[in-house]
Amino acid sequence: MSPLDDKQAAARAASGTGIRSDLKLIAEMVEPGSRVLDVGCGDGALLAFLSRQKGVDARGIELSMDGVHQCVAQGLSVIQGDAETDLKDYPPGAFDYVILSQTLQAMREPRTVLETMTRIGRRAIVSVPNFGYWRIRVQLLLTGRMPVTEKLGYQWWETPNIHFCTIRDFVVLAEEMGIRIERCMIVNGAGRVTGHAHSGLANLLGEQGVFLLRRD
Amino acid sequence: MPGHRVTLGVERPMRLDSGAELGPFEVAYQTYGALNADRSNAILICHALTGDHYVLDQHPVTGKPGWWEMLVGPGKPVDTDRYFVICSNVIGGCMGSTGPKETDPATGKPYGLGFPVITIGDMVRAQKLLVEHLGIDQLFCVIGGSMGGMQVLQWAVAYPESVFAAVPIATAARHSAQNIAFHEVGRQAIMADPDWAGGNYLLEGTRPHRGLAVARMAAHITYLSEPALHRKFGRNLQNRQTVTYGFDADFQVESYLRHQGITFVERFDANSYLYITRAMDYFDLAADYGGGTLSNAFRKDGKGTPVRFCLASFSSDWLFPTSESRAIVHALNAVAANVSFVEIRTDKGHDSFLLDEPEFHQVIRGFLDGCAEHRGLTRDSRP
Repeated sequence: MSPLDDKQAAARAASGTGIRSDLKLIAEMVEPGSRVLDVGCGDGALLAFLSRQKGVDARGIELSMDGVHQCVAQGLSVIQGDAETDLKDYPPGAFDYVILSQTLQAMREPRTVLETMTRIGRRAIVSVPNFGYWRIRVQLLLTGRMPVTEKLGYQWWETPNIHFCTIRDFVVLAEEMGIRIERCMIVNGAGRVTGHAHSGLANLLGEQGVFLLRRD
Repeated sequence: MPGHRVTLGVERPMRLDSGAELGPFEVAYQTYGALNADRSNAILICHALTGDHYVLDQHPVTGKPGWWEMLVGPGKPVDTDRYFVICSNVIGGCMGSTGPKETDPATGKPYGLGFPVITIGDMVRAQKLLVEHLGIDQLFCVIGGSMGGMQVLQWAVAYPESVFAAVPIATAARHSAQNIAFHEVGRQAIMADPDWAGGNYLLEGTRPHRGLAVARMAAHITYLSEPALHRKFGRNLQNRQTVTYGFDADFQVESYLRHQGITFVERFDANSYLYITRAMDYFDLAADYGGGTLSNAFRKDGKGTPVRFCLASFSSDWLFPTSESRAIVHALNAVAANVSFVEIRTDKGHDSFLLDEPEFHQVIRGFLDGCAEHRGLTRDSRP
């Protein structure tokens, strides 16, 4: 599962409205009929959606055994494995898209993971929570404690999110690595903020960013 | 005995990996369910070292139920209402297919050690002839555990166009040094029994029951796990209050193993045990097909294998540990193959693939359903 709140999954299941909103944004970026690897595919919601709605050759890799069981038991091609050790075997350009949703911040070596993703995928789609979101900034400023929000609901000592970044941080890293941001969507609870990753407003008002990446 | 038997290699003998030729030879097999009109719903089950083709039938020697009734049957994950299921006794075996205990037409006597050494590749070659004999161009799925899993891998590598999906369970792409070592212990136990008579026991009128039983006892330990043995037997004594200060079976676990050994010799041929364990020892897909690199074995004409894979391993299996399955997964990833891989949590060891493991069964069912959808097999594609 993504290291974000499980409540979202529960809400999704309860409402029966299909996939999580951030997954929907990702799905929009995927061309029909393409080859996709979803890294940290959880219970396979995005994979199932892509394969049924978009005729995508959808594969997944998931750390938790429960997630893998759920995926394979519904006929999805998913392997039990770790993004940080099990991605490197794939040949360059093996997929049209390699997707990492809300998980980069939980990686031990996010930079290496990004590098691998943009090697084995012609494109990568990465969504990251924005630690520069104004609510987070205000919490830290006013309370002097590590922010805990609805979406990032963990206390500092229990969080799997060990490498938080802001949208600006992400953009800087991508530039450093020679990764082009072909498209981006900055969103918050109220909807889409902007499509410009570089804007200061995006870094303040965006709760998360979804990036379509390609190595130059 | 229930089941069918066919003579193969009549027009020309089958060339074995050793260079020897075998033919004509018999293959005993069993089928369940019905083949559909376009012959696209056949599933081949590959049995393990001491298994046979009685997947669902009562065993003709032991009277026990079929060995994979948990997984195979009407409404089961391998659904015989939907699929045409085939299972054949491996060549070199002793349940009807040509093996060392059968009569060599050249001499009129049992083959004994005159039977050529066979490999996993040879077993699969014979299965391919059988499948062709049944008029099937492409199997929907090949599935098997342990040595059966080796055959599944062999099928996928040797005949990728003849396999739509492959399910290798609790297996490895090569037999490890430790596993070869265990097999050698078994073989030495058999050959150390004077009744083995240099392999000619059938002519001599003896049976190396003691040696074969010891071989089975040693092997049986490797199929279980320490926690499972402990849970089942602990240090409990067998029908006694205290130890006897002798070498009788004081402990329940000893009694259990002796029973396993004694019942095994009733149904299995000692020379077959030698031949089949040898076949497993020789198995090394990377060496035989990949120039030493396993991923190359799954590549043909510069392209990755078209076969869809589902691998399963069991967390407490130390004979074919998860690392072996993971090595196969990594090799398949390297050619961007379509692969699913699940490690099942259980403390029942290697034998788990034969037991009631609901998670495992759900995975197999889901994978086959998904494949059936991709293959265009509809629910009512029955003839």
